[in-house]
Amino acid sequence: MTIDKSMNILIVDDYKTMLRIIRNLLKQIEFNNVEEASDGTEALMKLRGGQFGLVISDWNMQPMTGLELLQEVRADTRLKHTPFIMITAESKAENVIAAKQAGVSNYIVKPFNAETLKEKIEKVLAHV
Amino acid sequence: MSEGQGARAAQMQITQVRPHEILREHLQARSASLTLHDHASMEAVVRAVFSTLHGDLTGNETSLLAEVEELGRTIAAAKAEIAALRVDDITDSHIPSATDELDAIVAHTATATNCILEVCETLDAISAKMDGPDAVLMIDATSRIYEACSFQDITGQRINKVVMTLKTIDDKIAHILNTFSVVPPEPFSEAASDSDTGGLLNGPQLPMVAMGQSEIDKLLASFE
Repeated sequence: MTIDKSMNILIVDDYKTMLRIIRNLLKQIEFNNVEEASDGTEALMKLRGGQFGLVISDWNMQPMTGLELLQEVRADTRLKHTPFIMITAESKAENVIAAKQAGVSNYIVKPFNAETLKEKIEKVLAHV
Repeated sequence: MSEGQGARAAQMQITQVRPHEILREHLQARSASLTLHDHASMEAVVRAVFSTLHGDLTGNETSLLAEVEELGRTIAAAKAEIAALRVDDITDSHIPSATDELDAIVAHTATATNCILEVCETLDAISAKMDGPDAVLMIDATSRIYEACSFQDITGQRINKVVMTLKTIDDKIAHILNTFSVVPPEPFSEAASDSDTGGLLNGPQLPMVAMGQSEIDKLLASFE
């Protein structure tokens, strides 16, 4: 399996520190084209205006949550096949089920490690 | 029945009925504004009824009157005790101070975390110029620091949950003070309700009850 590491990845989180952590971890596994958004609304605008191979999003954000962003992405004709990984502290079964039903590609619970991030990205991109 | 007995019976009936009628009239007149939590209204009603109680009271009425008086004294004592406790300090000072302290914790940990991340980024830049096992070791080390730094996000979310709880307590206390007409303070902010957060924003779970990554993986796999 060959993964195109030059693809654009959009990371979405309202914690600037978390965006920085994810960006650095992605850089360590050689994904260098990373863009950031601080909530679902900004992310949706960037997704509609660009070309992204993967979205990695937090759930708990305002005004548009990660789940709402996922629903918007899956409802958009052009974006609906974009791989979408949720990285969140929401670890209740009801959250995982809601995300799966909304079409999430994979789900990572915080705190996570670099190995899990790498493994999930590879798994998701393998299905593209 | 003699004429005298009939008149006395009629007088007794009036004495027994009149308070109820007056109470009914009073309640009807105030029905638009009266609530069970309106202590002043209840007190006014009780006073209105007392003012109509003339003549001899039966044993039951005397007992009822004593109980109502006792109830009134209990409410007055409770009001005095609540006022003496300066409960309004909780909403005016203690809770705002506690939430400010918690906000400061989040801000300080964020500053410290960003400082650590900056150093890690420098180390990453150095390791990019290195070769061999040392470079791998360096990347592995910074990777572990990045992972650990995600504590700041989790801590921030946990503290926000505590702040929300404090705000809910603040609102409840304000409501109690208002009900007892003890210096009704304005709540300093609105606590977020479940509907505000979409019902699914539970935040981080405590380690003993949280689902781990492997359990989440199993749950996800069960859909396939």
